[in-house]
Parts: sequence; structure tokens; C-alpha cells
Amino acid sequence: MTSFLQQAFNGLVSGSFYALLALGLAVIFGMLRVVNFAHGAVYTLGAFGAVVLADKAGLGFWWALLIVPVVLAAGGMVVERAFVHRLTALDPLYNFLLTFGIALVAQDLLSMTYGSHSQPYDHAPFPGSVDLGLFDFPKYQVFALAVSLAVCTGVWLLLTRTRIGTVVRASTERPETTRAFGINTGRWITPVFGFGVALAGLAGVLATPMRAVNPAMGSDLIIVVFAVVVIGGLGSVFGSVLAGFAIGMLQALGNLYVPVLSQTSVFLLMAVVLLVRPAGLFGKEEHA
Amino acid sequence: MLEIKGMGARYGEAEVLHDVDLTIGAGEVVTLVGRNGAGKTTLLRCLMGLHPRPTGTVHLDGRDITRLPAHRRARLGLGYVPDDRGMYATLTVHENLTLPALTTDGPAPWPLERIYDTFPVLAARRRSPGTKLSGGEQQMLALARVLRTGARLLLCDEPTEGLAPVIVQRIGEILREAKEHGVAVLLVEQNLRFAATVADRHYLLSQGRIALELDNAGVSSREDELLAHLGL
Repeated sequence: MTSFLQQAFNGLVSGSFYALLALGLAVIFGMLRVVNFAHGAVYTLGAFGAVVLADKAGLGFWWALLIVPVVLAAGGMVVERAFVHRLTALDPLYNFLLTFGIALVAQDLLSMTYGSHSQPYDHAPFPGSVDLGLFDFPKYQVFALAVSLAVCTGVWLLLTRTRIGTVVRASTERPETTRAFGINTGRWITPVFGFGVALAGLAGVLATPMRAVNPAMGSDLIIVVFAVVVIGGLGSVFGSVLAGFAIGMLQALGNLYVPVLSQTSVFLLMAVVLLVRPAGLFGKEEHA
Repeated sequence: MLEIKGMGARYGEAEVLHDVDLTIGAGEVVTLVGRNGAGKTTLLRCLMGLHPRPTGTVHLDGRDITRLPAHRRARLGLGYVPDDRGMYATLTVHENLTLPALTTDGPAPWPLERIYDTFPVLAARRRSPGTKLSGGEQQMLALARVLRTGARLLLCDEPTEGLAPVIVQRIGEILREAKEHGVAVLLVEQNLRFAATVADRHYLLSQGRIALELDNAGVSSREDELLAHLGL
């Protein structure tokens, strides 16, 4: 029982990262109809950002948590204006190639500069463990889970309770009709892209104290995140977050009971979901 | 208030509108009748700025809006009721109603309170998703939504299609009331009898061209011929 609970908690912590990354992908896809294949690279850059700030500027974790997502969002908005934007009218394949290319370039630049081994990080806050009753758990991981839950809830409230959220949902669902209602949907595209990128950067910083920071960390993770987004429903914010946490748990518990399937279970689930509900659990069929 | 000259539009290689001239006076209700595929919806989409690269010119109150993007046309007073009613599943009835930006003309004759008074069903279901309303309720919402913005010219694409006679009658009342407040309407309509009860003039669109322009007397005297043309 204890090992079950402990493993479930581990799953929630991995799920925190899946959820943050899937949320960013969903927001970007919803607004731009672009699948951002550079999302994993942004996560990696977020982690390296934290390491570099510590090494070169002596700035600790909290500064990184503040600065890195903002800098990455700014960079993302420049890339959106300069490249992504010019390709949105064309076949979606072009933005696939663009963002995939950006991911490869970023990963190789990091490999050239830092090598492929893991970077040490000694600015981790909240050392030690906390007694959760049946088992002890690293304090920092509880913190990471709390941040992810808070951010996902915050984005949910922003989308459902504010005027900006209404406009973003409307532009996501029916971009053309929304323009006919006097709303300049184009004005929201770049900020939303920046916001999605910031979420990936935040996940990267959050991962730094507890995961191996190396140039491949993002590409390993993002494959599962794409499966998460497909299962949750591409473009569905709620579905992505829920699927993120659920799949974190599924993997962790799979590890405990059916270790052979721990890496494949996600993709098996994705295949089943695609067969039964091609638009994902919470996705809507696109109407032309 | 609206003047279209020489409007043409294509879908890829196919030319769907040719050299359309059409005018609508202030507070006038004008219908656009024609068979399926005659180009009626395309004409409304061109007016709204949603169709790519139409030719010809469009003037609204003497101002050339030919090159304006859709959102700026809406702010100048065009209100769009699309053929699928344009409901948002991810927005509540209230959010559907309050989504469109108000026009730049100042206070609308239909502020939100008045909308909810006029359409109690929308008030009762304000927290439901827009797509959960019945067809008739959705059409009320689609009309109320553009009236609230203070739009002075409504572009309505077959608002009565597939609705029960009592709802059609209600839509007629709403359109007549809008007209009394000086709102002009360009109404795409297949139902000639209904059209004659709300409209001042009628254009028959055939294969992308304006084939006829008629008043209500013209419609009743040529009803059989028109119905035959429409294939009804």
C-alpha cells in the first residue's frame, strides 16, 4: 500500500511536468493551429537557463524561476513574428519543419557548448524530505507539484473567468466568426505563443533541481507529452492538463506492477484513444 | 448606407460572383433570394471581409471599406449572423452575447438588460454553452448578439432556415423592430412569403449575378415564376 501511494505520488510529480508542457502546447495549438515541435527544446533551454544564471551571474533558483520564462517568452514572440507567422497561411507541414528544425538547432548548440553530460546544479531550494504519514517524500518535489497545480489552475481561471480568456477561447473555436465580431484575433496570436513558450520554460526551470540537465532532456520528455496532448484532445486545455497528471500516474504505477509496459503504456493508451475518439478524450472534431 | 459596385469573387478557379451592384438605404430591409449555390453566402462573406480578394468596391455611409479587415468593418456597424448561427460551444450564452465588440457609434438601442428582457429564454439559460440551445434559441441569440453591438446594418444568412413557423414569425418581429430603430438588414432568404413580410426590396441572385430587383408588389405578382426559379 505504501509503495502504491509513494509511486502514485511520484506519478503526480512527473505528471506536473507533462501537464505544464501539454498546457503550453494546447494553448499554442488552439490559437495558432501550430504544433510546436520546439516545445521540448524550450523546456531544455529553461533548465539550462537556470544553470547558466547560477554559474555566470550567481543568481539562484528563485531568480531563474522569474527571469528564464520571461526571456524565453520574449524569444518565442520574436520567433513567432519573424518565422511562424509567415508560414501559418501555408500547409501546416511548413511550421512542423520550422519548429522541428529550431528544436534540432537548439539541442545541437547546447551539445556543442556543454557536451552531452548532465550539468550540476547546487541551488536547489527545499532540501530534505517531508513526512507524508505513510512515507517520506522530497520536499522539493512536493513544491514542484504545488507550483504545477497552481499554474494550471491559474491558467484555467484566466481562460474561463476573464474577458481575455473569452476572446482566446472564441478565437480558438471559430477564428473567422470572431473577427466578424469586431475582435482583432491577430493581436492575440503572438502573446499567446509567448505565453505557451513561457510555460515550457517554467517547467524547465522547475525540473532543474530534480532532473538531469542535459541537451537531450527535452526531446526525451516531449515524445510522451505529445502522446498526452493527443490523448487529452489537441487544443483542449482541460484535457491536456488532466491527461498530463493521469499519464504521469499511469507510467509510475505501470513501473510498479508491469515494468515491461512502463514505457509503452502511454502509446498503447494513445492508440486506443485514437481508435475510439480520434479527436482525443476532450477534443472536438474540427469542422471545416 | 451600403453601396456595392462591380463585386466579383472566386473560389480557386471558379468564379462565384460577377459584377454585382447592390444598394441598401438607411433603415431599409433588403432580401437576397436565389438557389443554393447562387453566391448569396459568398456575397455576405465578401461584405464582412471574410472572403479572400474580392473585386469591386464597397462603401458604407460613403466611406470606402473595400480593403478593411473584418474586425474593423464590424466596429463600423456591420453585424454578421452567419448561416450556421456562429454559436460557440466553449462559451456560455452570456459570453456568446457579450463577445462582440460594441460599434464605435456610442450606446446601442439594445443594451444587455434589454436583450435579456426581450429574450427571457436567453436570460434563463445564460450559463449554458451556446450550442446547447435549441435551433430557434440559437437564432435568437445570433440576432440579439449583433443587435447588442449597436450594428446599423445586419447581414443575416438564412435566419429562418429549418425553424418552426412560430419561431420564424418571432424572427420577423425582431427584424421589424430593428428596422423601426433605423437598423438596416440584408437578409438572405429562401422563404419568399416571409421575405415579403419584412423586406422593402428584393434582389434575385442567379449564378453569381443580380438577375432581378423587385419590390413587394413585384414579388407577389411574379411569385409563381420566382418559386419555379428557386426550385421550391
